[in-house]
Amino acid sequence: MNFQGKDIISIKDFSKNEINYILNYAKEMVTYAKGEKYKDIMKGKVLSTLFFEPSTRTRLSFESSMSRLGGKIIGFADPGATSQKKGESLADTIRMADAYSDAIVIRHPQEGAARLAAEFAESPVLNAGDGAGRHPTQCLLDLFTILTEKKKIGKNKVVLLGDLKYGRTVHSLAYALSLYGVELTFVSPGSLKMPKEVNNECKKLGVEPNQTTNLEKAIRDADVLYVTRIQKERFPDAEEYNKVVGIYKIDNELLSNAPDDLIVMHPLPRVTEIDPEVDKTPHALYFKQAFNGVPVRMALLSLVTGGKL
Amino acid sequence: MKELKIQPIKNGTVIDHITAGNAVKVLRILGIPKSSTSIVSVAINVKSKYGKKDIVKVENRELDPHEVDKIALISPKATINIIRDYEVAEKHRVKIPDEIIGIVNCSNPTCVSNSKEPVKSRFIVLNKDPIQIKCYYCEREPDEEDIAERII
Repeated sequence: MNFQGKDIISIKDFSKNEINYILNYAKEMVTYAKGEKYKDIMKGKVLSTLFFEPSTRTRLSFESSMSRLGGKIIGFADPGATSQKKGESLADTIRMADAYSDAIVIRHPQEGAARLAAEFAESPVLNAGDGAGRHPTQCLLDLFTILTEKKKIGKNKVVLLGDLKYGRTVHSLAYALSLYGVELTFVSPGSLKMPKEVNNECKKLGVEPNQTTNLEKAIRDADVLYVTRIQKERFPDAEEYNKVVGIYKIDNELLSNAPDDLIVMHPLPRVTEIDPEVDKTPHALYFKQAFNGVPVRMALLSLVTGGKL
Repeated sequence: MKELKIQPIKNGTVIDHITAGNAVKVLRILGIPKSSTSIVSVAINVKSKYGKKDIVKVENRELDPHEVDKIALISPKATINIIRDYEVAEKHRVKIPDEIIGIVNCSNPTCVSNSKEPVKSRFIVLNKDPIQIKCYYCEREPDEEDIAERII
């Protein structure tokens, strides 16, 4: 399978076979991601990281990935310090980054920005989140986490919880998990239900998601609980936000009713939805999940730039 | 005796089989009356073999293919008849292309195609009748009403 020069814009651009290939290659990257082994397959290569929006994990893990493989990074995390402030178009900024580097990572507040960037760049473009749109590398690392913990993706019972209406990670994840025929349950407050289009996509792939507001019941026989933050910035007023923010809380009492091997995932940052007491239990996978961003992004950078282990 | 609802025209274009109720949208696409001095006749809810339809007749103007593409988006069954000296000189059905470029704006206000970037709006056609399209950039799928409102 050849990924050289390929853009990583949306998980929907990939077949199940291609996703499996990336995930298996990511497994080989784990020891390199931990720094236990070193191979400079990206030596002489430069990565542009263009972050027009704040990011902690995504930016740092991309930069760590490039460094671990011997490559160099240029870029910015504050667009205020660039010519964008002078009114430069995204297209022109991309043309510059393209001239200076071998691959481009972009996070941008507008949906479709990464697709646009890919039109103007010769080098491969990796979407690190475009507005409320897509975040394919997060989706891949979520799949990787389930695969490495559960030894399979299909035949798991996965519960997606929280802001299912606006959360970009859950939309891509529901689609990707449906490719594997996973049993899906959506748990959210009534006002933050999974959009109809996402439900329809799952159904097209042969998965009929269960919808409920009863979390305790949903996790009783689940394998994976994927929690998302209820995003304050999405609500028109504070009162509406306050109505739903505390509805679901993951703590040890709740998890005492769940199977011992239930894993709790979260794309982070979390606020109050997971009690810190859960961090010390074997259920807590979210920090390992964040680490998994490194081997997955190492695999992607290596594949799209043609550097091989 | 069959009643003639609209007089025949000598030269121009007859757009027939417009989805009933969409004639006004067709006029908007054609820039009528603002950018046109042609005589235009409109018939709405005309009975036909397949139910009701609208008809628009534009005198002394032959539609160009770009305009025809736009009409296809709101009336996929429409036919375009070019009339010369009272005779039908050309007749063709509107055709929806596989990609719609620069014809409809995306209904998502935060889609990058609505910003000042040097790109035209671009939609992938998922289904032709009924029309279903997806923004190439943000993947939003506007409904028929959205499409009609956002034709450029």
